[in-house]
Amino acid sequence: MSKYTEEQLEQELKTQEYKYGFYTDIESETFAKGLSEEVVIAISKKKNEPQWMTDWRLEAFRVWKKMEEPEWANVQYEKPKFQDIAYYSAPKEKPKLNSLDEVDPELLDTFKRLGISLDEQKKLANVAVDIVMDSVSVATTFKKTLGEKGIIFMPISEAIQEHPELVRKYLGTVVPTTDNFYAALNSAVFSDGSFCYIPKGVRCPMELSTYFRINEGGTGQFERTLVVADKGSYVSYLEGCTAPSRDENQLHAAVVELIAMDDAEIKYSTVQNWYPGNKEGKGGVYNFVTKRGLCENNAKISWTQVETGSAVTWKYPSCILKGNNSVGEFYSIAVTNNYQQADTGTKMIHLGKNTKSTIISKGISAGSSQNSYRGLVQIGARAENARNFSQCDSLLMGNLCGAHTFPYIEVKNKTAQVEHEATTSKIGEEQLFYCNQRGIDTEKAIALIVNGFSKEVLNKLPMEFAVEAQKLLEISLEGSVG
Amino acid sequence: MELKDKLVSSYVAFENRVETDSEVHEIRSRALQNFEALGFPTKKLEAWKYTSLNAVLKQDYSLFPNKENNIQLADVKKYFIHDIDAYKLVFIDGKYSSFLSETTHDTFDVCLMSSALVKPKYKAVIENYFDKIATKDNLTSLNTAFASEGAYIHIPKNVEVEKPIQIINFTTGSEAATLLQPRNLIVVEQNAHVQIIERNQSLTSNPVLTNSVTEVFAAKDATVDIYKIQNDAENASLVDNSYIEQKSKSIVSVHTFSFGGNITRNNLNFFQRGEHIDSILKGITIIEGKQHVDHHTLVHHIAPNCESHQDYKGIFDERATGVFNGKVIVEKEAQKTNAYQKNNNVLVSDKATINAKPQLEIFADDVKCSHGCTIGQLDEEALFYMQQRGIPKKEGKALLMYAFANTVLESVKIPEVKQRITQLIAKKLGVDIGFDL
Repeated sequence: MSKYTEEQLEQELKTQEYKYGFYTDIESETFAKGLSEEVVIAISKKKNEPQWMTDWRLEAFRVWKKMEEPEWANVQYEKPKFQDIAYYSAPKEKPKLNSLDEVDPELLDTFKRLGISLDEQKKLANVAVDIVMDSVSVATTFKKTLGEKGIIFMPISEAIQEHPELVRKYLGTVVPTTDNFYAALNSAVFSDGSFCYIPKGVRCPMELSTYFRINEGGTGQFERTLVVADKGSYVSYLEGCTAPSRDENQLHAAVVELIAMDDAEIKYSTVQNWYPGNKEGKGGVYNFVTKRGLCENNAKISWTQVETGSAVTWKYPSCILKGNNSVGEFYSIAVTNNYQQADTGTKMIHLGKNTKSTIISKGISAGSSQNSYRGLVQIGARAENARNFSQCDSLLMGNLCGAHTFPYIEVKNKTAQVEHEATTSKIGEEQLFYCNQRGIDTEKAIALIVNGFSKEVLNKLPMEFAVEAQKLLEISLEGSVG
Repeated sequence: MELKDKLVSSYVAFENRVETDSEVHEIRSRALQNFEALGFPTKKLEAWKYTSLNAVLKQDYSLFPNKENNIQLADVKKYFIHDIDAYKLVFIDGKYSSFLSETTHDTFDVCLMSSALVKPKYKAVIENYFDKIATKDNLTSLNTAFASEGAYIHIPKNVEVEKPIQIINFTTGSEAATLLQPRNLIVVEQNAHVQIIERNQSLTSNPVLTNSVTEVFAAKDATVDIYKIQNDAENASLVDNSYIEQKSKSIVSVHTFSFGGNITRNNLNFFQRGEHIDSILKGITIIEGKQHVDHHTLVHHIAPNCESHQDYKGIFDERATGVFNGKVIVEKEAQKTNAYQKNNNVLVSDKATINAKPQLEIFADDVKCSHGCTIGQLDEEALFYMQQRGIPKKEGKALLMYAFANTVLESVKIPEVKQRITQLIAKKLGVDIGFDL
């Protein structure tokens, strides 16, 4: 048996190319590059939106113009040129589909290569997939089953037409248009996304999921997701992303808003695998996402994320624990390799009494990548008996990468109990030796250790998604995960 | 007039009082330009996010108190650790008091910055060490621009200083408001050993702002222990900027005890330039009222096989605010680093606030780094247990708090200092027990 060393693993990681880098040629209808009030109005017109929506976008655009790009994150990158981006692109054939047979075969092929067979998912996983391909949904399945329960799950552009009262009531209430630079930009130009409404007391019978892919070269992707869980309802929402290999940097500035009313529960899982750039750090996706959830009394929001892609990630899924006894959770694995940079974490804002939050963040850095955890735990003066537990573990492979932790803890109530701990380590020689002694070769041993390191978070993913997540981890750190 | 403008325009007057034809003065002038460009820190700066100096800077400070003020030893004796023999460097309103001080030049130098900056005898040391590791940030630059007085301590090779050195800055309050900018330089050569106790004390309730800078150089195998006692009057604010450079196998410990003052900001920076270094940063903060204590620590691990240990405890009552920002940087060359950081806090009142930001930046893979930060309450069951056994609630609480802070106290090497701190803690917690149970 040839000895497999860590150096070899490192070497392998370096030369590991992006496996899902292919490009689907579907005729796109793309706007000319650039952004102005006219473009915002045009997007709105194109979508046949009501006047209030157009006004809302324009207001966001005006705010955005006055804002400056944030620079506080621990990442370095060439700033996107906002006038060089086409703000709308839609696959030209926009078919109304009832079954998979009607879907563009090329598109189906794309998904097959991704290892996501719609048929399989429909049959085996019982997942309704609302596929977003370059901003416009082209297939919506299981709509009927959901409809019977009164669950609304549709592209947000359709929801604006069909349920304007709901969208108008909730859109921008958790992430206001003025929130930050990228949220404002998204509010002005978002092309599509998903809308989900779970009525009172309904338990969504299946995992809802959306796959995002960036496709047309030079188009930004501005997704808008709004999930509203009415009193006593439950929903588990999955979001997965893979993008084709591209040299140009692509911008992804999404906004996700979750609203969990009294006694409701939302579980939001993400597997993110945008193109991370090649091994010299050229190309890759900029992922600047604003995700936030609001919890009313006894509500619970749980964010789970597996981040393996993107050249630059800037993402802080947050929970506002407004109601009494509400619970916020954040489970994250962030893997960076080559020249990837990730600045990710969460914010837990405790406002209600007896609120609880848990943060488990696992960072794995390899190659020349930089991996940062940035989190905020804030306990308000009226948040009696708030409880937080945070744990951030980093695993470093090689001495060219970096791991950073920036936890902010702000407590204004004496009954609060806040714990934060962070560790940084490498794979121990002893651990490897122990495995070797027992006949496990080094490659398998590393796989075992990395797997164990991330297990706490992987366990939180829904079954249907865990397989996919494992796969993506493998791609990022192939040779280390068995 | 804004304090910044006042300071900048008073520089001419300052130049009349010091030797201007020197390298040191060039450093001062550059620092002034730097300060002019940067201004005072605002909350917009990440490093000052939780601490605002606005209210403090509004005072009309007298910059160079002119009056000679004498104070009687009997009045201030309590501020010394008087039950031990010690070298003393005492400054009254920024001026050296030879009457209260006890300096030496025998085998080592414990004397004044003002003479060290001008006398040829000290030129080599000043050239090598003065303003070499202090960062060029706003308040340090301000101090450098007006650097003229403070403690100068130089311990040559293999000398073990037999008794501690106390550095005390008194303000008499003869002016309505006083700005002090002491500048200290401590050079400890190879295998030398020294213990230093620092204190700033205002004698009236007039506002005082102290912006002090201390540079410490610990050569190979040197041991330096510094104790900072911060128990000032309620209108006295302090910005303590300390920069410590360590060479191979040196051990430097800094204990900071923050009980008093208005706003206290400690910028404690360690730079490890050599292998097998140990840096120890510990602190106890017990404050109430509207007091504000901010600990900003930085440990920069540059070379391999070094260690750092941080342990900060805080107890916050009434409307007090505590800030802890501990930063550990491990460079990629610094393999086999062990860096530990611990910050535990207790909030006693509903109005008290704690903002903590333990920060790790790690570029090397073969390291053991951890940080832990907790905010919690006293153990109700332990308190109940004590009450059952006839210990009143107040004393029980005090005992628990003392036990909570004790891990910091344990490593204090001078018994008299330990005893003094214990007394201060008892006083601060309003109990009459000696804790020597």
